Amino acid sequence: MRVTCVVNGETREADDVWPGESLLFVLRERLGLPGAKNACEQGECGSCTVYLDGQPVCACLVAAGQAQGRTVTTVEGLAPGSGEEQLDRVQRAFLATGAVQCGFCTPGLIVAVHDLLARDPAPSDPDIREALAGNLCRCTGYEKIMEAVRLAATS
Amino acid sequence: MTMRPITFFRAGSIDEAVAAVSSHPDSAFLAGGTTEIDLLRLNVVQPTLLVDVNDLPLTYLEDVDDGGVRIGAMARMSDVARAPRIVERYPGMSQALLLGASEQLRNMASMGGNMCQRTRCSYFRDGQSPCNKREPGSGCSALTGINRGHAVLGTSEQCIATHPSDVAVALVALDAMIRTIGPDGTNAIPIERFFLRPADTPSIEHPLAHGELIVAIDVPALPVARTSRYVKHRDRASYEFALVSVFSAMRVDDAGNVAELRLALGGVGTVPWRAHRAEEALIGRPATPENFAAAADAEFADARTTPMNEFMVTFAKRAIVRELSEVTS
Ligand SMILES: Cc1cc2nc3c(=O)[nH]c(=O)nc-3n(C[C@H](O)[C@H](O)[C@H](O)COP(=O)(O)OP(=O)(O)OC[C@H]3O[C@@H](n4cnc5c(N)ncnc54)[C@H](O)[C@@H]3O)c2cc1C
Ligand code: SF4
Ligand code: FES
Ligand code: FES
Repeated sequence: MRVTCVVNGETREADDVWPGESLLFVLRERLGLPGAKNACEQGECGSCTVYLDGQPVCACLVAAGQAQGRTVTTVEGLAPGSGEEQLDRVQRAFLATGAVQCGFCTPGLIVAVHDLLARDPAPSDPDIREALAGNLCRCTGYEKIMEAVRLAATS
Repeated sequence: MTMRPITFFRAGSIDEAVAAVSSHPDSAFLAGGTTEIDLLRLNVVQPTLLVDVNDLPLTYLEDVDDGGVRIGAMARMSDVARAPRIVERYPGMSQALLLGASEQLRNMASMGGNMCQRTRCSYFRDGQSPCNKREPGSGCSALTGINRGHAVLGTSEQCIATHPSDVAVALVALDAMIRTIGPDGTNAIPIERFFLRPADTPSIEHPLAHGELIVAIDVPALPVARTSRYVKHRDRASYEFALVSVFSAMRVDDAGNVAELRLALGGVGTVPWRAHRAEEALIGRPATPENFAAAADAEFADARTTPMNEFMVTFAKRAIVRELSEVTS
């Protein structure tokens, strides 16, 4: 089947899509957007988090056809350009605090934090932890990620 | 990824959705996809036609005349959890929603889909172990396998899988009604009859005809629910299914007796478990820890345990006593 949706502001088309494949597969393998990562494919790790019609979702559990006619924003769409000064404040905060180690969880976390701060500009630590419970990180122990969120909230 | 041929169809109306699924034997509705796409990928379910119901006008939340709320089947868990009328009238239901899954999943997961989510039993999910729920007649691997998280109430020799939903626990306590439209017209199913215990047919979980679509969940007015609560005990602080969860709504009168009580349990039953015996044991009796403990004992009198999950009985009883004691104090 053909799937057409607006991705990071541009109308994109993917052909020969298997209806059982995920939005994540379409983004990474068909549209050249490898930002969202493919880890558990079971909704458990959050590394595939993207915005679908403005809501963060696990792209691994969204069927490609469900995205037909919808709007998707991936981590690649958060920064207007590639220079460091052009990055979103959440991306800058992750860099500044060293919240990135292997980086596998980072794109999903960036989208989840971006959404959290849009809903709650000054979240408490427990609120941050709960909002990010669906994003697993095996490297950082989360302390640097907490720091990054606090920094992004004040920048 | 196995590329079985699958047809994808986005339904434009309820009638179209019902007709599409009911006229095709291997078809399934697709709502949020957080259960369906997961299990399809794991080869646990193998639909050849997916009927996407995301365009149906079923995302509403509206008052019904007696002070209750009607929740459209496609309302997302995150929207329902934060809706002011749910937070005010049924805080325990809002808490149950927010303690389930993660933000990303709640944004996709629908209320109708939540009612139909499948067990997390690992033998069911692995797609190959003997499992009567997935492959009727093949046996139950959990009976003699790893069953620490399996049910102790409502089990059978055929299946001991736990029902995983949180919000359904709140809804059984609230006597919700499941409204459907199917090939034979409309139907209203009291929620406790909607969840079938495994008995001899663990693969049949609901009394729905093939192609029967949940369109709404009605939650009746219940003043005592305004102080309801949901507590979820689990192996980690967040983002995990319940070992034991408790939904409670209780009113104690001036004499200190239990005047009204709604009590339901998650994590311990093959269905979202309404604690009828405990309720009956307490109504009209003094709200004391001793009576709470006796009521919890009554609820678990018929519990069937395995060496690995027998701790759940003590755990659940203590959870009930603690919860009701906290509500009373
Ligand atoms: C990692 C993970 C953690 C989770 N944790 C929790 C938790 O802690 N607590 C909890 O309660 N849940 C939890 N869930 C389950 C989640 O809540 C369900 O997957 C979700 O509610 C299902 O809704 P959906 O809209 O995505 O359904 P879908 O996946 O689209 O559908 C599920 C099933 O219901 C059928 N269906 C869907 N809509 C209808 C309808 N209107 N009428 C008839 N049939 C329908 C489909 O055909 C399918 O068989 C978790 C899920 C995951 C993946
Ligand atoms: S408990 Fe039920 S779902 Fe799990 S293996 Fe046994 S039959 Fe299958
Ligand atoms: S890859 Fe989607 S949640 Fe892990
Ligand atoms: S930085 Fe490696 S998983 Fe988070």
